[in-house]
Amino acid sequence: MNEYDVIVIGGGPAGLAAAIECKKSGADRVLVLERDRELGGILQQCIHNGFGLQIFKTELTGPEYAERFITELRSLGIEYRLGTMVMSLGADRVVKTMSPTDGLCTLSAKAVVLAMGCRERPRGALAIPGTRPAGVFTAGTAQRYMNMEGYRVGKDVVILGSGDIGLIMARRLTLEGARVHAVAELMPYSNGLTRNIVQCLDDYGVPLLLSHTVTGIRGRDRVEAVVISRVDENRRPVPGTERVYDCDTLLLSVGLIPENELSRKAGIEIDPRTNGPMVNESMETSVPGVFACGNVVHVHDLVDYVTEEARRAGRFAARYATGKSFADGNVVKTAAAGGVSYVVAQSLRESNLDEKIELFLRVKNVYRNAKFVVTADGSPIKTFNKKIATPGEMQHLTFDSALIKGRSFRKLTVEVE
Amino acid sequence: MYDIAIIGAGVVGASIARELARYDLKIVLLEKGGDVASGASKANSAIIHAGYDAEYGTAMGELNVEGNKLYGQVCEELAIPFRRAGSFVCALGADELPALERLLENGKRLGVPDLVVLSRDEALRIEPNLTPSVAGALYAPTAGILMPWEVAIAYAENAVDNGAELMLDAEVLSIEARPGSFSIRTRKGTLAASRVVNCAGVYADSVYAMVEPEPEFSINPRRGQYYLLDKTAEGLVNTVLFPAPSKLGKGILVAPTYDGNVIVGPDAEDLPPEERGSTATSAEGLERVRDMARRLVPGIPFNTVITNFAGVRAQPSTGDFIIGEARVRGFYNVAGIKSPGLSSAPAIAKRVAEMVTDSIPGLKARKGFDPRRRPRVNLGLLGDAEKAELIRREPSYGNVVCRCESISEGEILDAIRRSAGATTLNGVKRRVRPGAGRCQGGFCGPRVLAILARERGIGPAEVRMEALESAVLFGALGKEEEEAS
Repeated sequence: MNEYDVIVIGGGPAGLAAAIECKKSGADRVLVLERDRELGGILQQCIHNGFGLQIFKTELTGPEYAERFITELRSLGIEYRLGTMVMSLGADRVVKTMSPTDGLCTLSAKAVVLAMGCRERPRGALAIPGTRPAGVFTAGTAQRYMNMEGYRVGKDVVILGSGDIGLIMARRLTLEGARVHAVAELMPYSNGLTRNIVQCLDDYGVPLLLSHTVTGIRGRDRVEAVVISRVDENRRPVPGTERVYDCDTLLLSVGLIPENELSRKAGIEIDPRTNGPMVNESMETSVPGVFACGNVVHVHDLVDYVTEEARRAGRFAARYATGKSFADGNVVKTAAAGGVSYVVAQSLRESNLDEKIELFLRVKNVYRNAKFVVTADGSPIKTFNKKIATPGEMQHLTFDSALIKGRSFRKLTVEVE
Repeated sequence: MYDIAIIGAGVVGASIARELARYDLKIVLLEKGGDVASGASKANSAIIHAGYDAEYGTAMGELNVEGNKLYGQVCEELAIPFRRAGSFVCALGADELPALERLLENGKRLGVPDLVVLSRDEALRIEPNLTPSVAGALYAPTAGILMPWEVAIAYAENAVDNGAELMLDAEVLSIEARPGSFSIRTRKGTLAASRVVNCAGVYADSVYAMVEPEPEFSINPRRGQYYLLDKTAEGLVNTVLFPAPSKLGKGILVAPTYDGNVIVGPDAEDLPPEERGSTATSAEGLERVRDMARRLVPGIPFNTVITNFAGVRAQPSTGDFIIGEARVRGFYNVAGIKSPGLSSAPAIAKRVAEMVTDSIPGLKARKGFDPRRRPRVNLGLLGDAEKAELIRREPSYGNVVCRCESISEGEILDAIRRSAGATTLNGVKRRVRPGAGRCQGGFCGPRVLAILARERGIGPAEVRMEALESAVLFGALGKEEEEAS
């Protein structure tokens, strides 16, 4: 039988938590589809600790964090298929897969959860001039080579971009005997978590060059040097500030892009601000019965929040699959304004709101003594104060749904000042 | 002792090897790089020019037109995807219209079929994204697009399938001319051959100088930089768009690629001889390409760029292709094959094969010569039933390695196991495209590397991206470097 209550696409942290929550919420036949050779997704290559502080109140490594979910998934008897690529998803929730063992399969489900995660922005998107030698890696690829395959990627390293994977890799490379000469960041602030800047750069004396970028790559077969220049306030390189760093390796940690080719082909509406599907309070996309969670929706900072979001998606996917469908009613749209780059969820159906509403968002700049204002149809309904808000950290705003329930608002706007 | 040693496995050397493989000859194809098509053949405009551009009376003019005509048959036999997309030379302003007329006349004399000058409105109807200042365009329907390295790879594969030997990483270090033979010292050892065909691209003058103290030509490296745009830009242009030509060449083109991307470039920059291997791009060069290309197509979405690259063309001091036997008997130069070299290659190969075989009395045809190359399986183009059947027979076709382009392990294995197969990461990428998609190999890179190591029986740290010193990894963790390398 190829009919399921819920099919979860992706067996990383989002997919695992969603599948488990589906089962616990009453969906009987749940299937997880994973293209890699094991469950756990990118967590399996994140051998550093720092995972689980929110969910488990203890510090775990990536594989340990994954293992807790994999164990629970197995104990619940949830079915999963490894080495299985989803080739297409139809609006009717028909899923076509391909694998060496099962060949082509056509599966169908009452509900689908998208949990494909994200990919790294590659070199090409930056258009760095120079040669194209070996030794240029995205930080996550280098992490895979080191932590999964067990190989060195370089001895003298420069890192472009201060995203969290780049910072983590600066420490990892240092610990394995490589010299990390510098981390260059185009923006005047880092996109990484403060704790990672302290623990991965400062503690090892790796300089973080803010408002700098790589303006040249040299070397014919292998990287021999990279050129780093300062940039002006418009992010353009300042002539005369070039400095040559002799190195054999350049790591790129310049952003993550939600992986939504499948979603797009399925006709799911994508928010150009997040590059992920538009979702409602239930993490349901524009296609009924198709839910989404984790980095495929928007790039998270901590995996713990991915887990929380995935549980929500799982719970509502199970409700959809078991026919406890939602009453419709007033729909409130959300929107980002001044200083806020996006808001998830993009819409809230009043009749489905829990007691609390939780909105996720990111800011465009560094704000000290930040004041977040939630406005409903032009009138402020709630404000939040934070000591500091940085683009590297995801913001959560939680408030009572009583503030909007029954008031037939059309639009909820979040801004920061 | 080889009958023929061909130096350089670019499109010129590979096509000559295949044409000579029709005869009962012992052939070796020597390549400095880690793959065929390692030089200009892998970094160019990927255009089969119609042939109106080179002057009537030159070798370039004649061979381009003939080569273009041959491409239909060549691509059919060698299973090379090819599409005659047609080309426009655009007059930007009325003052450039006479240049179109000159090209039209030149093309007619050379025998380029179906050339026509279109009015501004006709041009804009076919190419709505062309600048409104276009005054007219020379339309050549026979111009084509393809993946340029595919031509060299296919020719080399067919040559090897028909008995030729391919030696990679075999840079020629010196040549000694002896009576009736040549002793060729390469990085892979010394070998002897009765005849040498020099197809060494930008290095052809240096190779010639190994046997001729006073070479009568030199090769000047001319670099051109390009942008490649994402497939989201597909449809920006339908044909290959050129500006009116200038002294430095055919100008910066905007063209569709066979795979649905858009290519923009090249500029033209003369390099000093010692920098002839330099395929670096520069901020100034890329800016020049952007500025000039925008004059042709103002709305090019440069925010969708997926990569930039540069190629070095072999500009001959004579101004024309140099093809023929040198003063040193048995040594043939096929040099200065700049643009339209790719377009001319099939015709060049025929001409050189004729020249060489004419000098060997009593030469017989090779028994069992097969001009056809087995087509690649392209899983994406198969129907569901065919896919299912293929995976049943060979499960590796069910293992998707490249998620951006949906390339299976089976397709990668085939690219490695064929004659003249891939030995490097970029070699696999050129043949079946894993790593050529949006993520540029971030996901599939480690997986392709593992497949290459397994297939070739080498350690992962020995797998190269491209040339000799381009190992991707530095050895296993927890081992001393000496041990690991």
